[in-house]
Amino acid sequence: MTAIRVFVPRDAAAVACGADDVAAAVLAAAKKHKVEIQLVRNGSRGMLWLEPLIEIEDADGKRYGFGPAEPDDADALIKALAAKTSAKDIKHKLAVGLVEDIPFFKKQTRLTFARCGLTDPVSLADYKAHGGYKGLEKAAAIKPIEIVDIVQKSGLRGRGGAGFPTGIKWKTVHDTPMGQQKYIVCNADEGDSGTFADRMIMEGDPFVLVEGMTIAGLAVGATKGYIYLRSEYPHAEIALNEAIQAAKKAGYLGANVAGSKRAFDLEVRMGAGAYVCGEETSLLESLEGKRGLVRAKPPLPAHKGLFGQPTVINNVLSLAAVPYILSEGPQSYADYGMGRSRGTMPIQLAGNLKHGGLFEVAFGITLGELVDVIGEGTHSGRPVKAVQVGGPLGAYFPRKLFDTPFDYEAFTAKDGLIGHGGVVVFDDTAEMAKMARFAFDFCAIESCGKCTPCRIGAVRGRETVEKILNGENVEANLAIMEDLCNTMKFGSLCALGGFTPYPVMSALTHFPQDFGRPAKKFAEAAE
Amino acid sequence: MSQHEPQREPWSAERTRAIVSDHKGLEGPLMPILHATMHAFGHVPEAAVPVIAEALNLSRAEVHGVVTFYHDFRRKVPGKHVLKLCRAEACQSMGCEKLVKRAEDRLGVACGHTSADGRVTLEPIYCLGLCATAPSAMLDGKIIGRLTEKKLDALLKEAGA
Repeated sequence: MTAIRVFVPRDAAAVACGADDVAAAVLAAAKKHKVEIQLVRNGSRGMLWLEPLIEIEDADGKRYGFGPAEPDDADALIKALAAKTSAKDIKHKLAVGLVEDIPFFKKQTRLTFARCGLTDPVSLADYKAHGGYKGLEKAAAIKPIEIVDIVQKSGLRGRGGAGFPTGIKWKTVHDTPMGQQKYIVCNADEGDSGTFADRMIMEGDPFVLVEGMTIAGLAVGATKGYIYLRSEYPHAEIALNEAIQAAKKAGYLGANVAGSKRAFDLEVRMGAGAYVCGEETSLLESLEGKRGLVRAKPPLPAHKGLFGQPTVINNVLSLAAVPYILSEGPQSYADYGMGRSRGTMPIQLAGNLKHGGLFEVAFGITLGELVDVIGEGTHSGRPVKAVQVGGPLGAYFPRKLFDTPFDYEAFTAKDGLIGHGGVVVFDDTAEMAKMARFAFDFCAIESCGKCTPCRIGAVRGRETVEKILNGENVEANLAIMEDLCNTMKFGSLCALGGFTPYPVMSALTHFPQDFGRPAKKFAEAAE
Repeated sequence: MSQHEPQREPWSAERTRAIVSDHKGLEGPLMPILHATMHAFGHVPEAAVPVIAEALNLSRAEVHGVVTFYHDFRRKVPGKHVLKLCRAEACQSMGCEKLVKRAEDRLGVACGHTSADGRVTLEPIYCLGLCATAPSAMLDGKIIGRLTEKKLDALLKEAGA
């Protein structure tokens, strides 16, 4: 009899909810009941309200889930297996049935996250058995400019937040003279609250990032890549390093990548808790061993990036989308999406939500569907008051804007941004003036200090909101706050100072009563 | 960096120089050196700055500037245990501020400080990436999701507070 495969995620969110203890209990129960099992520490399926989710595979390869599990639940499940009960027929209070039939999962289009949760994240054999390294093999057989063309045709835009076309970045670096040192840098400094897609893919399918970066290296003639990973993600560091070692051993990294006779090597570097290092030029300074001060652009990193050399700097999700684009062709990626937002977006549903998790879907889904249908409303059961989209620098959306489709341009038109795809839900206990104060406070804590609007503006902003909260000269102070936001938006060097006005002004625009300004007055002012 | 509490060896110039020489061959070695220094001593002592600066042919001001820029690099030995509570938006939406207040009351210090008995340093952290299982905490590198008052009390007890 072959061993029954049992899956318990190694994903940090699952571990934070006790997955390691559950895994240990599964092994102990298997020993006790003399059942031959193979425990796989997979990535998370992304249905985080079910974590830790134990999955048991039946003889037909179908996987049935039980979650959220506690260590005590393992015994009954394994005991049932000992009695030759198939996973499908196990009666248990935590049974959720066929995992891939859960609506939250079934409604997704998983291109980037196709393998996440399905495979053993650090098994190269498993990665290859599920379509891994097909993209690189294709890339190794064609000319660099052809790789760049494929990425351009896919319409892929930077998933870090700015939405800049990835292919154009690559083309610029490709066109710099060959023969000089060029770099691929992966921005894995996922600091936005409400986002965890980078973490999940790095922990749940690290090879896809390694493959994407290797393809980028071949495309532009770079021989060295760095993953700049935030220090808050120790589990991702472990998974990435295991994947890199395995890839090196198998010849997918090193002097002769996949038989292409071209070299590419990869290293993980840890950040040190500075949010601003998610800004690409600040990240490059940090990699060089300096204070993470933002650089003025131009020169662009594509011309003068890491150590002054031509550098492709992309977000984790942008690079992780590349293997699919290479292996399945640019059109099959571009067929998804709306307008100029092509492909899929791994959206992260977080905060006060009943069903939070990772939801990868083609662009175009509305905010309301994400919050009310997919997320099924708040965890607290209270009405939704506001939804912050795009991290700490993203705007707060009220229910009346829930018809906004998830699309770069549509969000811009509503004075918001999709950023890195984080959606944080707040119930009606949220006090929006306090959220505005927090936005300034966060900017003050994390400002690199190089430009005045951000460094001084954030501090003055916090003080001003404080006065508003105390009821001092509310109208006069609101005028100061709006003026400050205007200065920060147009005068800051990077998005930290430049986008802090989004959460502040959206809070004021949509929830004026929280600032002691009657809603009616706002309506008149808007006319 | 590690899953475990820093080892906290007593500081020595010799050990610092060994750390530097282990990493000197890297491109941009300063950040890895500072992480390794933190790992060894639990903080980056003032006395380590000139040693690192000299070995890398940097000015003391340059190394000092980097040490002080990043939240992770401590300049003082922290408490025996470090409890970090996430205070970013997703955790706020699930009531983290009440938990911060509770921890502050129990420890008798404001967030960002060490309890008088030196046992626990309480710090804010801005996002552990566990935003769908909020609120989140980290005790000595161990992550905890779906934090409740009960779980927080257990963590504080574990830390000996």
